[in-house]
Amino acid sequence: MPDLFFYLFATFTVVCAFGVVLNRNTVNAAICLLLSLFGVAALFTLLDAYLLAVLLVLVYAGAVVALFLFIVMLLDTQGGHNRPFKPLALIASVTGFALLLSGALMLVTRGEWPAHATSVTAPTGSVLKSYAELLFTTYLLPVQIMGFLLLIAMLGVIVLCKKFEGLEDVK
Amino acid sequence: MTIGIDAFIFLSALLFAIGFGGVLLRKNTLVIYMCLELMLVASTLAFVAFSSFNGTMDGNVFVFFILTVAAAEVAVGLAIIVALFRRRQTVQVDELNALKN
Repeated sequence: MPDLFFYLFATFTVVCAFGVVLNRNTVNAAICLLLSLFGVAALFTLLDAYLLAVLLVLVYAGAVVALFLFIVMLLDTQGGHNRPFKPLALIASVTGFALLLSGALMLVTRGEWPAHATSVTAPTGSVLKSYAELLFTTYLLPVQIMGFLLLIAMLGVIVLCKKFEGLEDVK
Repeated sequence: MTIGIDAFIFLSALLFAIGFGGVLLRKNTLVIYMCLELMLVASTLAFVAFSSFNGTMDGNVFVFFILTVAAAEVAVGLAIIVALFRRRQTVQVDELNALKN
């Protein structure tokens, strides 16, 4: 039964990802991105990472896609009068897509996978305590760096979006 | 579950390739940004798959950091796009050619 779910969610995710790339309307592309993220979250639950599935939906669907929709509606970019891409870009993107995909196919078909790689050993991703232990012992420094990164990003956004008028003497 | 790790890795690579093709294909900066997000999510899927099939937690913890970086990146990137739109009145990348020639 999980196999059926895997194929279902994988097909859903890939179809929605193609919708992001090929959709002419920007709002529809954002909605396709949202659906694709829900598919990835469903795949996370198949891999016993329930907390990450919830976080992905909260952070991406709740914050990132909402921000995208705000910006799309703020900028009101209706590019419907011309084609969304150039022929040269089409050739380049199809070539890049085919190269990456053939590399992945070679990896999957010719690679030597370990024999026990077909079964999940222990559902460690479902235990909340194991996240906390690693985050506050082994990865304590990266956590602090991430906090600092968020602070810098916040300051950068404020500087970028504020209009500095009447402050020429500062420069 | 009889699905092996290779299926997850292939799916992750396929999502990454779709995002990569979208970055090369599209002209709208916002759609390019969405395709970048798609590539980040594909990498998190590979992290979670490896972590789950190995029975360790390190990959799962790394997804936290990727989510944080993605959130910060989206905030700064969209602020840059808004500032660009204020200055140039466009977000199409082929019209933003001030550095060409």
